[in-house]
Amino acid sequence: MRKPVIIGVGLTPVGEHWRLGLRDLAAEALLNAMEDAGVDKVDSLYVGNMASGSFIEQENLGALIADWAGLGNIPAVKVEAACASGGAAVQEGVKAVMTGLEDVVAVVGVEKMTDVWPSDATRYLAYAADAEWELFHGVSFVALNALIMRRYMKEYGYTEEDLALFAVNAHANGAKNPYAMFKKRIKVESVMKSPYVADPLKLFDASPIADGAAAVIITTEEKAKEFVDNAKMVEVAGMGRAIDTINLANREDLLILKAAKVAAERAYKMAGISVNDIDFFEVHDAFTIMAALSLESIGVAERGKGAMLAKEGQIAVDGNYPIQTLGGLKARGHPVGATGVYQTVEAVWQLRGEAPNQVANAEIGLTQNIGGTGSNITVNILRRV
Amino acid sequence: MGRPMQVSRYWRHFKEKYRLIGGKCKNCGHVHFPKRPVCPECGGKDIEDFQFSGKGKVVSWTIVRNPPSGYEYYKPYPIALVELEEGPVVLAQLTDVDPEEIDFGMEVEMVTRKVREFEEDGIILYGYKFRPPIK
Ligand SMILES: [Zn+2]
Repeated sequence: MRKPVIIGVGLTPVGEHWRLGLRDLAAEALLNAMEDAGVDKVDSLYVGNMASGSFIEQENLGALIADWAGLGNIPAVKVEAACASGGAAVQEGVKAVMTGLEDVVAVVGVEKMTDVWPSDATRYLAYAADAEWELFHGVSFVALNALIMRRYMKEYGYTEEDLALFAVNAHANGAKNPYAMFKKRIKVESVMKSPYVADPLKLFDASPIADGAAAVIITTEEKAKEFVDNAKMVEVAGMGRAIDTINLANREDLLILKAAKVAAERAYKMAGISVNDIDFFEVHDAFTIMAALSLESIGVAERGKGAMLAKEGQIAVDGNYPIQTLGGLKARGHPVGATGVYQTVEAVWQLRGEAPNQVANAEIGLTQNIGGTGSNITVNILRRV
Repeated sequence: MGRPMQVSRYWRHFKEKYRLIGGKCKNCGHVHFPKRPVCPECGGKDIEDFQFSGKGKVVSWTIVRNPPSGYEYYKPYPIALVELEEGPVVLAQLTDVDPEEIDFGMEVEMVTRKVREFEEDGIILYGYKFRPPIK
C-alpha cells in the first residue's frame, strides 16, 4: 500500500452564506485547496455531503461540483454517512490513493443548510435517525441526544453546568479561528441561560446549523514531492470506520459509542500508535454530551470520566488533551456533511504549525466524525511528515 | 413537506405500531423490537412474532420543544426511552402525564394513540405511546 499524504487544504468561512449556493461554496473550497497544493488537475473527486436532496433539491453532487469547478471528465461521487459524510469522504479518497488506483485525489465536504426553514432543517437532520422507529414518533436529533445526556448525568452524577464546559472551551478556541461561525467567548452562565431545545439539552449545548465547504488534496508521499515542500505534507497515518444500530433504543449500552471505539482501535493499529501518542483531538461535539462520550469511547478518558477532563481544564489548547482547537462543531459551526473535512483541514493546520490557535509541537492529531446518534463513525489519525 | 408517500408505508407496520408485536429468536429465545431478519444475539434467522406486554419503565426522557416540521402542532411533548419488562427498549411519546412527574424508573404502559395528522391528505397515523398505568 502507498503512503497517503495531504498536500493542500481549502475552505470557506462557516456561516449563513446568503449569496452563495452549494456549488459556489464547494468550488471555492476545492479551488483553494488545489492552489494550496499547487496542482491544476486531479484524478478524481469525492464529495462528503449528507442531505443536499432534502436541503436544496439537488443530488448527483459529484457531477455538479466537478463540472462547476472545471475539473473535466473525471470520476466524481458523493459519499454519504449522515453527519460523518465528510470523514468518510476523506477515507474514500485516501483509499483510492493507497491502492494505487488514483494518484492525486480531491475531497470536498459541503452542506448548504440555510435555504430552508429551521423546522424543516430539524426534520432533514432527523433523517439520519431511524425514520420508522424514531422520527415517526416526532423525535428530533437534539431530542435523541438529550435522552443520552439525561442518562449520562444521572449515571455519573454530572450537572448541566459540567457539560456546558465543553461549549465554553469550544468558543474560547473558536474565537481565534477566522473561519469560525462564532468568534466569541462564552461563559457557563451563557449556556445555562440559553433556552431548552429538548430538556436537559439547551441551545448552547448544540452546534449551529450553517453553510460551509472544506477540501483537501491527497496524493502519495512520492508524488507529493513534485508539488510541495515537506513542511506542507501531512500523512494520513491511520483510519477506522464502523457502524452501530441506527435506532438508539436498540443499543446494548446507551453511554458508549461503540462505533467510535471500534473505529479508533482500527485507526490506532493502522498508525502503529496508542492514544497516548496523540497531541490533540478534533472530536464531534455536535452536542456537549457527544464530546464527553467521544472522549470516553476513543480511549482518552475512562467510562464516565469524559466530562471530568473538562472540569479539570485538561481539554484546553495548553491542557493534556486539547480538543476542538479551532472551535469544534459548536463554535466553528456544523455544516453537517462538511464537518469531517473541516476537522481534517484544522488538523492539517495544527500539524503544519500554522494554526491560528496552535497546539505546541503537535506531531499527531485525531479527527472523529459522528453520523447519526453514533450509528456511523469515522476516526482518522494525521501525522506530521 | 412531510406528506405521506403512500398509505402502505404506514400500513405495513401496523402489527408493531398498533399492537407492539416484535420478534423472538427460535434458536436462542432472544426477544427484540422491532422484529429483525437476523437475531442480534446469536445471528439466527428463524424469528417468530412475539407479543410484548406493553409494560415498561422510563430509562430516560426529554421534552421536544423544537419539533421536526409536521409535528409543530403537538409541541411541547415528552419523548422517552422505555425499557419493556421483557428487556428491549423502545422510543415513544409519553401521554396523559404531567412532564414534572416523569422520572427514572417510572412505570408506564402502552396505549394506542394518534401520532400525527396530515392536513393535506387527511391521513391520520396511529401508534404506540406510553402512559402511567391507570391504578
Ligand atoms: Zn438468537
